[in-house]
Amino acid sequence: MIQIREKAFQPWDELQSYQDSLQINGKYGATAVFVGSMRDFNEGDDVQAMTLEHYPGMTEKHLDKIVQTARQQWELIDILIIHRVGDISPNDPIVLVAVWSAHRANAFDASRYIMEELKSKAPFWKKETLSNGVRWVEKNTSG
Amino acid sequence: MSINIRLFASLREKIGKAEFNIEANKATTVKEVWTLISNDLPMQTNTLCAINMEYVDSDHKVTDGDEVAFFPPVTGG
Repeated sequence: MIQIREKAFQPWDELQSYQDSLQINGKYGATAVFVGSMRDFNEGDDVQAMTLEHYPGMTEKHLDKIVQTARQQWELIDILIIHRVGDISPNDPIVLVAVWSAHRANAFDASRYIMEELKSKAPFWKKETLSNGVRWVEKNTSG
Repeated sequence: MSINIRLFASLREKIGKAEFNIEANKATTVKEVWTLISNDLPMQTNTLCAINMEYVDSDHKVTDGDEVAFFPPVTGG
């Protein structure tokens, strides 16, 4: 499942309720989870807030492509992606990626792949609020 | 032909519009569309282009009714 959220979300609650809805008890042996949250610093500056913009339609389409490619590459049971847009405060979760598989290697490798692809292909943009103004984040950190 | 333009993030702010239509001659490329809409702002080498929500190179042909988008490198996650 892929969701773009305009309001704050609780990743651990989401994870539990989505997993419960899957009815896969006993089928999976591995769940790899990545949660990306907002820092209060970037490139040496204090960051007070952030706005995340996206391209409705294209963003979902490319997240779906990433998921389909991951499913072709690894044997996976399910994938959950939740990504925030809108106004975000430090410590707010920005992204949740969870991958369920029978064995750990597929879950680890697929979750890493999905995150790296999301960061380089999915059309989202961050604008930071600093104490002395705003600035667009020009590129993501390398890892 | 009619082309729907979408601009995002810093490019939307620089050009001052988010979405609008233009009329262009046939056999136009994405790069030529940029020239028509950019108020002489040069296209950065890292500018990303999409037609109908698929990434394309800037020399890709644009056809009637296409949605052409320009945006800076993506920074999600």
